Amino acid sequence: MRDVAVVGFAQAPAVRETHGTTNGVEMLVPVFHEVLGALGLTKSDIGFWCSGSSDYVAGRAFSFIAAVDAIGAFPPINESHVEADAAWACYEAWVKIQTGEVDVALVYGFGKSSAGKLRRVMTMQLDPYTVAPLWPDSLSVAGLQARAGLDRGAWTEQQMAEVAARSRADAKSNPRAQVKGDVSVEDLLARPYLADPLRRHDCAPITDGAAALVLAAGDRARELAERPAWITGIAHRVDSANLGGRDLTASPSTAGAAKAAGLDHKVDVAELHAPFTHQELVLRGALGLNGSRINPSGGALCGNPMFSAGLIRIGEAARQISSGQADRALAHATSGPALQHNLVCLMEGRD
Amino acid sequence: MTSLSAPLNVEFDYTRSLGPVLGRFITGLRDRRIEGIRGDDGRVHVPPVEYDPVTARKLTEWVEVAAAGTVRTWTWVSEPDEGQPLTRPFAWALIQLDGADTSMLHAVDVPSPDDIRTGMRVRVRWAADPVGSMHDIACFEPGEAVEAQAGQGEAVTMVTTPVRLAYTHSASAEETRYLDGLREGRLLGQRCPVCRKVYIPPRGACPTDGVPTVDEVELPDHGTVTTFCIVNVPFLGQRIAPPYVAAYVLLDGADIAFQHLILGCDASSVRMGMRVEAVWRPREEWQQSLANIDHFEPSGEPDAPFETYSQHL
Repeated sequence: MRDVAVVGFAQAPAVRETHGTTNGVEMLVPVFHEVLGALGLTKSDIGFWCSGSSDYVAGRAFSFIAAVDAIGAFPPINESHVEADAAWACYEAWVKIQTGEVDVALVYGFGKSSAGKLRRVMTMQLDPYTVAPLWPDSLSVAGLQARAGLDRGAWTEQQMAEVAARSRADAKSNPRAQVKGDVSVEDLLARPYLADPLRRHDCAPITDGAAALVLAAGDRARELAERPAWITGIAHRVDSANLGGRDLTASPSTAGAAKAAGLDHKVDVAELHAPFTHQELVLRGALGLNGSRINPSGGALCGNPMFSAGLIRIGEAARQISSGQADRALAHATSGPALQHNLVCLMEGRD
Repeated sequence: MTSLSAPLNVEFDYTRSLGPVLGRFITGLRDRRIEGIRGDDGRVHVPPVEYDPVTARKLTEWVEVAAAGTVRTWTWVSEPDEGQPLTRPFAWALIQLDGADTSMLHAVDVPSPDDIRTGMRVRVRWAADPVGSMHDIACFEPGEAVEAQAGQGEAVTMVTTPVRLAYTHSASAEETRYLDGLREGRLLGQRCPVCRKVYIPPRGACPTDGVPTVDEVELPDHGTVTTFCIVNVPFLGQRIAPPYVAAYVLLDGADIAFQHLILGCDASSVRMGMRVEAVWRPREEWQQSLANIDHFEPSGEPDAPFETYSQHL
């Protein structure tokens, strides 16, 4: 296996609504400028480009092709796309570097969630024969999962509110966060339900955003970064698409991905892609993260740009290593309803 | 400047073939009967799965289950949305039918969240007019199963799911300048600050250099046909009787051609290099749209030499 590291990361501000188009160009141009500029690279230094986005979020066909304008793709580039969170584009780019064909890859994701009614757009990811025709939305599916754990005693509304309060407090130091500030758990629990048993603080905000991350191999990574975040393992696993056929209070696919990625020591920090408070509790259980710092960025609850929020977890965890605040970090990304599909990326700093 | 935006309503009726397993399940619903399928571990899956989720073996043993069961988890919908089973507030629930080992998602008709709980017994309320879809279960309601009048008919093989999604489509700042210009009868392009190419419509990013185009360039309403095709095929929504010509027109001073119609001459006389000019609709019909130009027609000038457009094909 080749040694591959995250050497650069940038993200657009997470905001409720941007005025740009749904092809992401307006959000991506400054993000590319920032991530390449910081590394002293130009587009011709990038051997492979890979993006994650969704035509359903954009409301138009081939939105990822329009986004390629932001790169400036002439002369032609080596490019690919996943219709999933860009964390899976990161996985593809890591595989591409493993093939030995390229040494440096740029991964990006974008989504203008504000263009449509996001909770309804997300229905399109459900089983199209027996579930989607009824139009349950993403909050409802998460609500079913949250109640399953509450009624079983796996977690409490108090614990869910504690996740929200801690995330918002941590997000105060994240200039890109959309939701931040000090709130008391008591105040949160006094607020009304949005989709009983979920309150607004249990749900990630609707966010427009984009992010880009640069991967590099071996010596190239050492040239580009003072302290590269070396990827020691990256894997993804999926659970059944049948919501009523699996235990919604557990995440065997997260545990399986972590095992496949080689999680065998304690990590200093973990960035978990949990768009709902109870999902962080599910993930912590699946990963056994006792004593690790969780989501110093505030996590997806404080800014959830669709199709880049998972990639941002990798970028934020890598930043903890490159800044010297952590030696070992775990990043997690999710896709699909109720934590169906999960990716785990383990990184370490080497001095 | 405020960018232009407009509603964009996307609609599509997804028509899917059900296959043998889901076809039998949906046929059952149409006939007011619920069937599951037994997995290799003995568990009965409702809705049925085609392959065992653990062994991946093809499953074939059908098991009829009750039209009543137990709520395993639920959530409340205070504002029902289009296409959902009920138009008044309701609960979604995962319901484990008697005889099944998995749960199915459906709506439960109760007046308030105080009227439902995990563990509650619910029964199917069948749709009055079954069509062969998940909506043949209208919803669930509190109570135990009652005998239903079974139907029988042709096997259901297809299901149609209408999808309607509403978006607000936004034009970029550059496109907004262009569209506002069209309303005044002006053709506004922009020049890339790096490669100096002129784009019409202008772009949020030059596709060669990845930087926004900025310097505005007003272009004339005449140019050169770079390439074209003769449309002979009729299609739904066609506004002109075939044959007619769709062409790429390179306006003088632009570096990218756009597509438009060439009318006002025989389709067979259109050629690469032909010089054309815009025929505008009446001024009172002008909007923020390239449709303000009804079509292009030959200007009568001599053909442009190939080298003047060879880089724009």
